[in-house]
Amino acid sequence: MGRLVLRRLVFVLFVVWGVTLITFFLSRVVPGDPARLIAGPRASAAALAHIRAIYGLNEPLAQQYVRYMSDLLHGNLGISFMTRRPVTQDLRTYFPATIELTVLALILGVVPAILAAMLAARRRASGVDQTVELTAVAGVSIPAFWLALLLQYVVGVKLGWLPITGRLAAGAAPPPHITGMYTVDGLLSGHIGTSVSAFEHLLLPAIALAAGVYGLMTRIVRASLLEVTGEDYVRTAEAKGLPRRRVMLRHILRNAMLPAVTILGLEFGVLAGGVFVVEYIFAFPGIGQYAFNAFAASDYNAIMGVTLLVAILYTLTNLVVDLIYLYLDPRIRYA
Amino acid sequence: MMEEAVVSAAAAPPKAASGWRGVWAFVRASWLNALAVAIVTIVVLMALVGPLLLGNKANAADFSAILQGPSASHWLGTDNVGRDLLARIVAGARISLASAALIVLLAAPFGCALGILAGMVGGWVDEVLMRFTDLFFAFPAFVLAAAIAATLGPSLEHTILAVAIVYWPWYARLARSQVLTLREREFVLAARVSGSSTGGIVVRHMVRNVLPIVAIQMSADAGNAILSISALSFLGLGAQPPTPEWGTMMAGAQDYLQTAWWFLTFPGLTLTFTVLGFNLLGDGLRDWIDPRLRGVLRGGRV
Repeated sequence: MGRLVLRRLVFVLFVVWGVTLITFFLSRVVPGDPARLIAGPRASAAALAHIRAIYGLNEPLAQQYVRYMSDLLHGNLGISFMTRRPVTQDLRTYFPATIELTVLALILGVVPAILAAMLAARRRASGVDQTVELTAVAGVSIPAFWLALLLQYVVGVKLGWLPITGRLAAGAAPPPHITGMYTVDGLLSGHIGTSVSAFEHLLLPAIALAAGVYGLMTRIVRASLLEVTGEDYVRTAEAKGLPRRRVMLRHILRNAMLPAVTILGLEFGVLAGGVFVVEYIFAFPGIGQYAFNAFAASDYNAIMGVTLLVAILYTLTNLVVDLIYLYLDPRIRYA
Repeated sequence: MMEEAVVSAAAAPPKAASGWRGVWAFVRASWLNALAVAIVTIVVLMALVGPLLLGNKANAADFSAILQGPSASHWLGTDNVGRDLLARIVAGARISLASAALIVLLAAPFGCALGILAGMVGGWVDEVLMRFTDLFFAFPAFVLAAAIAATLGPSLEHTILAVAIVYWPWYARLARSQVLTLREREFVLAARVSGSSTGGIVVRHMVRNVLPIVAIQMSADAGNAILSISALSFLGLGAQPPTPEWGTMMAGAQDYLQTAWWFLTFPGLTLTFTVLGFNLLGDGLRDWIDPRLRGVLRGGRV
């Protein structure tokens, strides 16, 4: 197993290198002139040339790539043309917001999914089961951007229950930077009110993202529950006369949740795609909005930084999933 | 895989059912299948004959009828320049279906050809091709499609190409895994022993046996393809106004949420139901043709 893990880690390095190669050349083809972006629309030709020289925009692509890679190995992702700050600093600012949002979305999606799956698995092929399946397929079918706009209008504007944009009320001071996640930082620093406000701002975008998570999760957990229910140890537990509740929680649910781990990679993909549009709609300053703006502005370094971060996280998620799977399946572990 | 035990109750295996009788048996197996067939039929009819019935007025502006609610003359209301929403939604069906068809027709043959090649030849060819597909799996599908679409520049054609580029590696993997199992099956070994050429085996056995599974995957992907195109268009990367693409229409409707609820609601509902129909159809077909495929094929990729 040790060799397998090593092989997979080498593979992650290969993927990351491939990703730098692809995104580097892809981002240079994005139409737009970054020098013009930095200098402003009325800059003189001399000023533009000066900026191109500073940022190395005149060098051949291959040379730019080599320089980029050597910077990258030193943990330097370059300066964002949009924000004029180091990309690593930008990522540190925007990424915690997205973590906060996606974690809440996962919770809001997974909990109902487990409940619905338990309901469906109790009576296989019944009307309840098929209705749950319909809601699950609906969850992955409903466009996140449409759901986001509807929630924003109905719950936010019409009913006025929740805020519709940003991370905090306009003008409110963010809590001291500890983790970068406002809900957590507020609690840690004793600003409870800030935490509550940050949480309220998270709710609507998180619900919009949760629909897709719910859809994927419900199907997997249901199938897994049905599989486990037929196992010998469940029959043994029932034969011993254990209460139904206990069998469900200790024997069935616990084992049925393991396959759910294997779709974490898929969930990650759904969330990453959703974050892109949902943050845009809610003007939520996370990594999705940062990426969107970077694309719109041909901000090379920012585009590279975000895609690298996403690709590394995605590949690592899949690696962890595989390792958990390996660990759980002795047939592979000892091979 | 794990789901094998699950399905037996819901759908009896098809007994070489084909044509209309096959469709009927599929519909009767579950009301979800019936719903899927109903939705897909309606959307396809909408795309085929809708514009003929309603006339070609998807882009006919009427400044005397701006942002009017649903009424007898405009069943689904009008938009911000007085265009009939029903006419635009119906015209959008054609765009969405054609885009989805193009995407799977680009991605599937390309991916399958490479997958079959990798599976048949093996060795370093297999290794190189599969590591190449791995690079595509390093990104969430929608994010990669958005990046490619942004690079190519905003247009409907470019988003179609971008989504197809993201989809083909899945077909390559699917076809390769099928070829690897088929290669060891008796009928292929028999063909080999009796002197069939590799090309002959590919055409007679591989392509023919991989095809049904790929076809199911294509129908399951159609829903996601439609969703991706609309989401990219919504973001401004795809179809441009005044094209009556559903996502483009919804992007235009954003500013009129407070004054004209129907403007955003109806295109969104149509998109949701269309994607729902194709996803249900893909799931239903997969269980219907072969319950064991539930592990092999994926669903719900966004």
